[in-house]
Amino acid sequence: MKARAVAALLAAAVLGVAGCGDDASATGKGTVTVFAAASLTGSFTTLGKAFEAANPGVKVTLNFAGSSALATQISQGAPADVFASASPANMTSVTTDGTPATFVRNQLVIAVPKANPEGVTGLAGLAKPGVKVALCAEQVPCGAAARKAIDAAGVKVTPVTLEQDVKQALSKVKLGEVDAALVYRTDAKAASSDVDGIEFPESAKAINDYPIAVLKDAPNKTAARAFVAYVQSDKGMAVLTAAGFQEP
Amino acid sequence: MSVRAGRRVPAALLIPAGLGLMFLVLPLAGLLVRAPWSTLPQRLTEPGVLTALRLSLVTATLATVLCLVLGVPLAWLLARVEFRGRRLVRALVTVPLVLPPVVGGVALLLVFGRRGIVGQWLDSAFGVTLPFTTTGVVLAEAFVAMPFLVIAVEGALRGADTRFEEAAATLGAGRWTTFTHVTLPLVAPGIAAGAVLCWARALGEFGATITFAGNFPGRTQTMPLAVYLALETDLQAAIVLSLILLAVSVTILAALRDKWITSP
Repeated sequence: MKARAVAALLAAAVLGVAGCGDDASATGKGTVTVFAAASLTGSFTTLGKAFEAANPGVKVTLNFAGSSALATQISQGAPADVFASASPANMTSVTTDGTPATFVRNQLVIAVPKANPEGVTGLAGLAKPGVKVALCAEQVPCGAAARKAIDAAGVKVTPVTLEQDVKQALSKVKLGEVDAALVYRTDAKAASSDVDGIEFPESAKAINDYPIAVLKDAPNKTAARAFVAYVQSDKGMAVLTAAGFQEP
Repeated sequence: MSVRAGRRVPAALLIPAGLGLMFLVLPLAGLLVRAPWSTLPQRLTEPGVLTALRLSLVTATLATVLCLVLGVPLAWLLARVEFRGRRLVRALVTVPLVLPPVVGGVALLLVFGRRGIVGQWLDSAFGVTLPFTTTGVVLAEAFVAMPFLVIAVEGALRGADTRFEEAAATLGAGRWTTFTHVTLPLVAPGIAAGAVLCWARALGEFGATITFAGNFPGRTQTMPLAVYLALETDLQAAIVLSLILLAVSVTILAALRDKWITSP
């Protein structure tokens, strides 16, 4: 806990300086390269621009993909400064500078097409015969979470497809190819013009923690630390919660 | 090296050729070096592996048959018949080569999906839905692989001596008879080469398949999809799966080459 308090103090100090915007030594210069989970695409793009605006001279380069693909890229030597993962498991496979911090949480919802042709209202509705369901494959975080939630509900769901990531599962709903899919609340929210997200109680059993950390081999550690602090600041959290994430 | 003096291979060709070969082969060497050889036997016998392999071989073969049935006549049309807009048609044939396969998959969904232009009608008239079925896998693979066949066969037709066909015509053969008895045997090596390319491309197909047909073990999960998902959790399992796919396809292609494709 002591380490966390120190980190918080440091973060506060960095933020304080960043607020003044006249001391480049604390926020660094140059480029900070951020590898972030696909589900963070919208919010981190916004945060990156805001961070650049608050810290002239720093450029944020973002790389979005599935967390495990990013973890593989990092452990194979990709020059990343910050890693924001959709699951703690992928964070453990990279070497970080200090302990990763959980910065947001994400929960599953049932995404259905606007018309909701099968009248799905809860997990039990997915078990009805004739209802086409897309889940994520269990190898990816949203699939593992879906499995946990379905097991907790004690229903038997037979999906027609096990998608490679949450965006693919969502696009099957958007295109009307399936009647429902289990996706993150943030993804359903981002696609709210095409799909409705239905909350269900069992999703509380399968909450995903998102850790963030500066990497050990980060080429630009100063700017990386400043960016991580910015994500966890009030301004950062406001962007993230607006996208549907929960505070840890 | 039995290269005779005077016919020596120029270094300006040999060096880039060697570099090119290395560029293609080194990644394969990388896979071989990192393969978990000690646990290989038990990984090979994991139940999902054989299912995915069988599905891959079956769908790639069916996709090749479909491409032959539709692609050879298309190639003939492009090579032998003068018509307005032939250049445009030829360009359209290569579209799947340029299109990112995932986009190809989305395009297929928009046409053959449950709400697609054709799919909607198939569903209401026959109760047939193509996405998430093995047929869907075959369609996705054929869409991506057909240009390889059409381009190869059209090239062979253009290179073939048309005097044989003209001779057949003057002897009273109709266009169909000429096609089946003269043209086809004449360009058989080109068709075989195109079919091999087409099959190989179908076997490795990933993007259009996972987008259009989804991923379900035993029904639509082909080897490349299994490799991709294995990569999410277990790099070594992914390497093993890739090596199996490579070994099987290289063996089949080498065997076919000796049997069917005899270079003149």
